[in-house]
Amino acid sequence: MSDVHGDRAQAEHFGMAHQFEDLGQQQDVDTFGIWVFLVTEIMFFGGVFAAYAIFRWLYYAAFEGGSRILDVRLGAINTVVLLASSLTMALSVRSAQTGNRRALVLFLILTMILGGVFLGVKAVEYNQKFVERIVPRLDWGPEGEVLARLALGGLDHAQLYFFFYFAMTGLHALHMIIGMGLLLWLVLRARKGGFTPSYFAPVEVVGLYWHFVDIVWIFLFPLLYLIGGRY
Amino acid sequence: MSQQIVPVKTYVLVFASLIGLTLLTTGVAFVDMGPFNTVAALVIAFSKMLLVLLFFMHLRHSGGLVRIAVLAGFFWLALLIALTMSDYRTRTWTSAPAPWSVTAPPTHP
Repeated sequence: MSDVHGDRAQAEHFGMAHQFEDLGQQQDVDTFGIWVFLVTEIMFFGGVFAAYAIFRWLYYAAFEGGSRILDVRLGAINTVVLLASSLTMALSVRSAQTGNRRALVLFLILTMILGGVFLGVKAVEYNQKFVERIVPRLDWGPEGEVLARLALGGLDHAQLYFFFYFAMTGLHALHMIIGMGLLLWLVLRARKGGFTPSYFAPVEVVGLYWHFVDIVWIFLFPLLYLIGGRY
Repeated sequence: MSQQIVPVKTYVLVFASLIGLTLLTTGVAFVDMGPFNTVAALVIAFSKMLLVLLFFMHLRHSGGLVRIAVLAGFFWLALLIALTMSDYRTRTWTSAPAPWSVTAPPTHP
């Protein structure tokens, strides 16, 4: 099964738990474990996506109106930022595979910075919602042009759209924050030389999680910002 | 399983395609295509997801066990959305009155 052999004591020194035959087997198990977790995450976000599909179908005009209020430029910029962070994450895993510690730390830190930029842009967008007073329940009272555009599909249903906007992007941002914490832990471990070409499963596992969060955004961007058409 | 080292060039090419598809999906949203705006947005998002899954997440080099887990996840997601939508979309097909809309029946002496 495995392509890594060698002295057991040495392998355990490099981070192998005692129940495994060798590091290769451990890595297979770790990878399978995170994938099973990601499948539960698919179902977790899937429930919200299914609810979104129903209400978008029921209150199409309101969702279209809400979608057109969002700043499509900021959404697109954030998509590019997050995709770039996925690239640097993939390069982190590759650096771990080739045993380049300096590159590993550098790419991990770059990934964290890009994640931070994403959250920063998200904060600007959230703030904009408070300025326009389109935060459901907390600060709901759109005025002027925003009110006119939202009223087309019914104000109550527009409020529902923004419930979805905050729930979906909020859950996504929470996953990003957890991911940033995991990245920090990896940086600290990598600096001390905690990863080698035969043992880097934590980098791989966090990488898979990070890419998954990226995929969620790949769907959130068109569903929230673009779906009604912007013409 | 994921011991395969993928060349940097592959990662950069995948990233470039992802950026290209992002620009495409944003651009297409500004063209009025009726219901096909939704179709285009979802097809492009699906292609981007496949690129990330296959290349960044190494599914191309993964073993059968991982692939089955991923396919099972998407199969269950498809069930969730398809069955829920088929419920909501067909509720109005029958003419039975909803219980809360019926006025109270006359009481018999």
